Amino acid sequence: MALVLIGLSKVFDTKNGDAPLHVLKDINCRVEEGMFVSVVGPSGCGKTTLLRIIAGLERSSSGKVLIDGREIAYDTDRIGLVFQEYALFPWFTTLQNIQLGLEIMGIPKRKRLAAAMNYIHRFGLSGFENRYPRELSGGMQQRVAIARTLIIDPKVTLMDEPFGSLDSQTRNDLQAFLLSLWETQRVTIIFVTHNVDEAVFLSDEILVFSSRPASIINRFPVDCPRPRDRTSPACNAVRKRVLEALEAAKKGPLPAAQESEVLPSCRR
Amino acid sequence: MRYDRYLLPLALVLVWQGLSLIKAIPPHLLPSPIKVLSGLRDLMVIGMPPGHLLPYHILYSLYRVALGFAFAALLGIPLGLLMGGSTRLRRIISPLIELLRPIPPLAWIPIAILWFGIGIKSASFIIFLGAFFPILINTISGVTSINPVYFEAARTLHANPKHIFFKVLLPGAIPSIFVGMRVGVGIGWMTLVAAEFTGVKSGFGLGYMIMTARDIQRPDEILAGMLIIGLIGVLINGALRAYESRIVRWQ
Repeated sequence: MALVLIGLSKVFDTKNGDAPLHVLKDINCRVEEGMFVSVVGPSGCGKTTLLRIIAGLERSSSGKVLIDGREIAYDTDRIGLVFQEYALFPWFTTLQNIQLGLEIMGIPKRKRLAAAMNYIHRFGLSGFENRYPRELSGGMQQRVAIARTLIIDPKVTLMDEPFGSLDSQTRNDLQAFLLSLWETQRVTIIFVTHNVDEAVFLSDEILVFSSRPASIINRFPVDCPRPRDRTSPACNAVRKRVLEALEAAKKGPLPAAQESEVLPSCRR
Repeated sequence: MRYDRYLLPLALVLVWQGLSLIKAIPPHLLPSPIKVLSGLRDLMVIGMPPGHLLPYHILYSLYRVALGFAFAALLGIPLGLLMGGSTRLRRIISPLIELLRPIPPLAWIPIAILWFGIGIKSASFIIFLGAFFPILINTISGVTSINPVYFEAARTLHANPKHIFFKVLLPGAIPSIFVGMRVGVGIGWMTLVAAEFTGVKSGFGLGYMIMTARDIQRPDEILAGMLIIGLIGVLINGALRAYESRIVRWQ
């Protein structure tokens, strides 16, 4: 179930007669099933827009999103999205939030509650199933958000800086948690983050985006054996390369000629 | 201290009684608290007009408010939900609402009597008008103030419009709907009393009772009646609040 992005671009029209906003320019990429891919890039460069397009919340101005060689059908293909602000429904308890996707799919009550309780136990949320989001810590809320997304067994799981608003200790814990999940469940993950350390720790590959209009200017495999040691020389080497690429990214997209030299793997 | 809230009224009553005792206040203008309490007793036992006892006045007034309020909620909440959910609908209907809203419900009394005659229909209509606009406005704002991210989260979970309505729109708007209802019933209660001033067919109603007390110059009963009206207002509000906190446990 490979996810393929072909020639994605996004232009926002502005209201005051200002020039339209080019946010994404010619994004081409292939993500194999079960891969953990991180997207890093300067602030405001369009990473969130890209996720929203893949999730079906925005329409691209041009280009396609393919899954298994065909265009995504948003009413049947399940694409999970974990929002930066968790977006847990405040009027539902933990249990109600998590089982909601299954309820919408029409799964019978007993089955979906059992599935949700399973996630609650696995995610260390036992005892909190009848609490409301406002009663949960940030780390717990994010775990609920992830559970809510994974329970519907999406083909691709998109995560938009999910750990951005957490303190670094909770962040590290959740990274380890996410990795252990991924290692057992092997979901395809596209993970947007500002934090290069996080990207290096988590991913199989890192895509570096330029500033607006964003295009992919680099793609680094993370050649670092798992389980990852954040301080190992291999990790450090990757981190260094990514940071350098990010510096270059701030200057803007590459001219077309250079793109094909840098990204042979993305232009399949 | 939980009894803080009773300190000020108690102090005022004591001062008032004290001033009355030393005849600093003319008793025919403002009877003492003790006189008011005896007036209350008279209302309950003798009635005003005689034979029309206080509990029945209360019941009739409550019934009129309940009726007017029920119609206001039955029309205002669904309309508010629809208008909240659709910018276009809001654009179409809002001008009419904005035109009608500033007209005080009491200004509708002449036309209400013309349309419905004197009686429960016109009284309930006035109350309906008083309660309707707060309910509508608050329901609309309850919907429009829902963070859009919740709608998007629902979409990523493949929610169809029915799911969006019952799982996002309605729960998100309910706190504001309750606010609208509390304000609405409060205004409805206030307009009722004045609406009853214009006359009631049955001879029962708190507003009618107070007017009759004025006609035969019983200020003690007037004040007792006002006290009862205020207390019932507090009770209604408290009841709605209690119901609200049972339904909206998530805030």
